Formats: sequence, C-alpha cells, structure tokens
Amino acid sequence: MAEQAEAESAGAAGAGSTSPEPNSYRTGPDEGGHFGIHGGRFVAETLMPLILDLERAWEDARADPAFQAELDDLLTHYGGRPSPLYFAERLTEHLGGAKIYFKRDELNHTGSHKINNCLGQIQLARRMGKRRIIAETGAGQHGVAVATVAARFGLPCVIYMGATDIDRQKPNVFRMRLLGAEVKPVTSGTGTLKDAMNEALRDWVSHVAETFYIIGTVAGPHPYPAMVRDFQSVIGREVREQMLEREGRLPDTLVACIGGGSNAMGLFHPFLDEEGIAIFGVEAAGKGLETGEHCASLNGGKPGVLHGNRTYLLQNEDGQILDGHSISAGLDYPGIGPEHAWLKETGRVNYVAVTDAEALEAFQLCTRLEGIIPALEPAHALAHVMKLAPTLPRDHLLVMNMCGRGDKDVFAVAGHLGMEIG
Amino acid sequence: MAFADTSSGAEPAPAARRPAMPETRIDRRFAALRTEGRAALVTFITAGDPDPETTAALLAGLPQAGADVIELGMPFSDPMADGPAIQASSQRALRGGQTMARTLDLVRGFRARDDETPIVLMGYYNPIYVYPVPDFLRDAREAGVDGLIVVDVPPEEDEEICLPALEAGLNFIRLATPTTDDARLPAILANTSGFLYYVSITGITGTAAPDVDAVHGEVARIRRACDLPIAVGFGVRTPDQARAIAKGADGVVVGSALVSAIAESLDAQGRAGARTVPAVLDLVRGLAEAVRGG
Repeated sequence: MAEQAEAESAGAAGAGSTSPEPNSYRTGPDEGGHFGIHGGRFVAETLMPLILDLERAWEDARADPAFQAELDDLLTHYGGRPSPLYFAERLTEHLGGAKIYFKRDELNHTGSHKINNCLGQIQLARRMGKRRIIAETGAGQHGVAVATVAARFGLPCVIYMGATDIDRQKPNVFRMRLLGAEVKPVTSGTGTLKDAMNEALRDWVSHVAETFYIIGTVAGPHPYPAMVRDFQSVIGREVREQMLEREGRLPDTLVACIGGGSNAMGLFHPFLDEEGIAIFGVEAAGKGLETGEHCASLNGGKPGVLHGNRTYLLQNEDGQILDGHSISAGLDYPGIGPEHAWLKETGRVNYVAVTDAEALEAFQLCTRLEGIIPALEPAHALAHVMKLAPTLPRDHLLVMNMCGRGDKDVFAVAGHLGMEIG
Repeated sequence: MAFADTSSGAEPAPAARRPAMPETRIDRRFAALRTEGRAALVTFITAGDPDPETTAALLAGLPQAGADVIELGMPFSDPMADGPAIQASSQRALRGGQTMARTLDLVRGFRARDDETPIVLMGYYNPIYVYPVPDFLRDAREAGVDGLIVVDVPPEEDEEICLPALEAGLNFIRLATPTTDDARLPAILANTSGFLYYVSITGITGTAAPDVDAVHGEVARIRRACDLPIAVGFGVRTPDQARAIAKGADGVVVGSALVSAIAESLDAQGRAGARTVPAVLDLVRGLAEAVRGG
C-alpha cells in the first residue's frame, strides 16, 4: 500500500476542480469524498452512520499491514495474481503500429477483474463483523465474484439483478445460484443495473446492522469510489513492475473500457502522474452516440446526482435517469465513477466511445488472431486499440486491460452474428 | 490527508451557519396546533399521479379533509428510499409526463386559493440539481412552497441545497432515523428548520409497521436535543396507528396508504376515475379524526 500512503501525504489537491492542472492527479478524494465537484455522499440519512463507519473501518484497515498481508495472500493463492502481461504479437503485426500488450485480468479466478475488489471488501466486511453480504450486478460478473467470496467465507449473500439482465445472462445467474447466493430479480423501474443498485440500497437501508454492501465499481457514496479504486489498483501496480522488467521502461499508452470504470481506474491510477503516458477510457457508444441508444455517460451525459455521488449521468432535461444501451451488459450503466468525471474535466484522461458493431468486430479479431475470447466489455477497449495502434510507431508501448473473458458472451455474440450454437 | 478523521462520529455544522429565517407557514401551523394541543396530520401524495388534474383536485380537498401539512412528492425515476407503493406512484406520474415545472404549477394553483396550509416538496436531489438549484429555489418560493425534504442530501452536503434553501426563506426538513444516535443527532439538527421528520422504521417507505413504544422513546430522546416539532412517518397506514403515534409526536405523516388508495382507484389503463379523489379524501378524513383524538 506504499502508493496509497504516498497519495495521502501529498494533500487533497483533488478538491481543486477549478484548477485545471493539479500538482498531482492521485491525491483525491478530499475529506468529503469529492473529486473536484464530483463524488460526495448523497445517501438517505439511515445510511449515513453506516457510510461513516465504513470509512473509519477502511481507513483503519488500509493502515494495518496484517490486513494487506492477508489480502495479498488471498489475491495470490485464491485469485491467481499477478495476472500476466502478455505481448499480443499477432495483433501487433496485424495492426502494424504500436506494440500491444494485454494485462490478462481475464485469467483471474471467476474470469474478470471483479475478484480483486470482492476479496478486499469481504475482508473488510469480516473485519467489521458483518454477517450478511448484498450486491448488485449487471452482466453478472460482479455478482459471480461476490457469490464466490461469500461462499469462500461462509457468509449468506443476496444478489440483486435486473429482470432484463437475468434473461440475457442466464449462465452467470446459474453460477451465482450454484455458489449459494440468492439471486433476486428486480422488476422495479426498468429492471436493469441501475434498478438493481436501487434495490440493493433499499435492502441495505432495511438491514443496516448486519449487512455489508459490496459495490462492484468505483461509484456510490464515499468511501466506495476510492476504496474500490485502491483494491483495483493492483492491476496498474503490476503493469508498472511487469513492463519495467519486460521493456525496461513504462508504457506509453493505456487503454481500458468503462462502464462504472473500476478496471480502468485500477489500471490508470498508478500512472496518472506519469506525464508522458497517454490514457484512454473507452465508453460504450451502443448503436451510436447520435442515436441516443448508448451508455457513454461522459461523452453523452451531463453532471447529476445518483446512487450516492455526483457524476456524469444519462438523463433527460428534467433530471430523470435514462436507460443506457450496450451490447455489453457490463457497460450498461447510466453513470460512471466520479473520479473519471473529474479526470475528464481536468483533461488528464481521454474518454472515447466505441459502438456495438466495432466491439463485435474486435471480439472476433482477437479471438482469431490471439486465441483469446475477450468479454464484450474489453472488446470495446480493443476496438479503440484497433483505431489507435496503426497511428503509432513500432516502438510505442500500449497496454490494454483484458479485464474479462468472453465465455459468458458466446450466446449473445452468436445471436448478433446470426450463428447457431449446438 | 485523503480521508477525513471522522472519529467524532459526526460532522456537525456550526449552528451559526444557519441563516436567520422569517417565519413560514409551517412554523405558524405547528404553533397553532401546539396551542390547540394536538398533533398535525401530514399527508403525502406524488405530484402528477396519475395526472396533474387529479393532483390539483386532491390538493384542493386535502385541507378540508383534515390535512394540516401537505407533502407533495417530486417524482423521480430512481426513488431509492421508497417502497413499492411510492415507487409505483412516481412511475405513474412520470408516465403521465410530470415535470418539475408542472409540479411547481400545481403548488401555484393551490396557493391561489389557500394561503394557510403549508406545502413541503419532497423528493430526490437530481431533478433539483439540474433545474438548477438557484432557479429552483426562486421558482419554488414564488410558487408558494414552504419547505423541502430532499432525502438523498445529508448534512455532509449542506452547502448543496440546505443552506441555499434557508437563505431563500424555505424550511429544510431533515430526516432523523433509528440509526441516528446521540453522536449524530447534532449534525442532523444543526440546519433543520420547520419540523424534524422522524423515520419510524429502519427501512423504506410504507414497508413495515412502526413499533409505537420504540418510536415514542426515540421522539422523547430527540426532543431533549431539539425544540422543533417532530413528525413521525414511513410506516403509518391506519387511523389506529396514526392515533397511537400522535400521542407522542407533534405530527404523523401518511403517504404510502394514500398513494395506494390512488393506485386501487385507477382503471385498467391506469386512468383516474370518479372514485379516485373521494377514496383518498375519505382515508384522510379517517386519519384526521384519529389524530385529533377521535
């Protein structure tokens, strides 16, 4: 946790949204949980004492070497870390530009980066003496990771999932149930991820004393965005070491997909103060930004307050939240982590968007050229890599976070490609 | 330091920050009821549920039926502190095309004929934030709104809307809950005005019956730290519950039961009928009688 200590001592420059060039991009949030104007703690009063408790417990845990040692042990022997940094040779040749590396977080236990955060949060839940776990899930990757750690530690677990998503992600629903989780379909609102999060918050308000809410992304009320970022930053810290070992220098460009933005924050955060590194966050443009059917909160939304934080949201002119659309259920969220909102406004990170069709093409290319079936989420990052790499010189080092594997998506992809399975 | 030291358990806003406020209709109403020696009946309906005409008719009839304070819900797509009844009511209003401008129009229409009954707008922050806040406060005050309850803005975010609302002459009514301990209470009370809303259950609106003795104990505890009227709500549905709660509180809030009555009166297409307004007002009359000690 050396980097967190460093971030702490550097002061709260994160509050300075009015200053376009902070001394450091790694010091946020401020003590109220703000990244510039974003973040904060916008929750019902019933939850405030819990949020404050959680913040204290997290501060205490992150300063405790025993907590980190136990987590490191779990990440290594249960999660499968460190994940490899893989030189994608054939893709590099095919695109004919930058040297492309994949950070192989799809090889983690449960098949995505989500386990990094879940192991951290369940350790915190146990430390706080909580006896019941709840979570929301969209594509089911976070739900599976939560159900997994709950099984590992013998805690009962309830996963809220939109009824619409349950229909599109049946294999993950079955996995969660096998792992002993209770999957509760959410039919309120529009029955998608945002409604699952509403329902998880309602559960939390109703069972405050014994329940720990494992939020799956870098969003929600403070301290979640910072806490989840810190748990996911293991990705970027490993990339730094691995790249130095491999190439003797740091990468030139980082690319990651963004729904709520946890895999991207995990990769980006340790590198934010390296001036020479270009950073790209890739949102889901769905059927195209101009169609209105997308999930690109930063490229197509505006600031608002939802689920405990201020950030960019898809909303109408009257402040009602709109449903997103993406081929990838994991990117299908109308908001984004508040730190990303701040990084957009400071200009440190470039936020671009990729359509369903482009992601589908990247999915197939990666599968054929590298023998890696990516999840549809990182297929979005890959689609941007396909645009970017050919414009860069051959000695340019590009790292893309392969944050999840595509096994869960093969049915959906078959449908989109008009192919039949079995 | 990136994380605040919150070991004190709360971050009370200094009382000195509370702008001096003129008396509002809410203050006057509770003062009058105190003289009368009885609790207030506070009724909640959602603006535009299922259409603005129905809401206008309900608003017009509520004072006569016995509502002492009217809470008018500002519908929101993601009401995460609300149970199924109010969620559905919010959805009906939005499907009917309700907007913040229309909600303020309803208040304006009511205020043209009733200059006494306090109106509190209740809802979530985002529709206010995008309005945006200064324009919203100006328009709300001009329309005849007396107070605001914004459930997802805790004292930690007082600069957002609480303090600006007080400066605009609107009461900002905060919720205290069963999780509000003595360490937290000063933070809640610091900038609360008009009345304090005690949430009688650990949960969402309309989902459980309050434990009357526990509620009275909590109200008594809070009263020692607070000279504001205390209204109790979130699980009160029946006249019997209202009567019991009223014995140890300055007000009783009923919401889910009323919007459920609206829901039950609608036709298959979700339209209001001849029964809608009378069904709700009959319920309010029964509750008012109970609160008045009947």
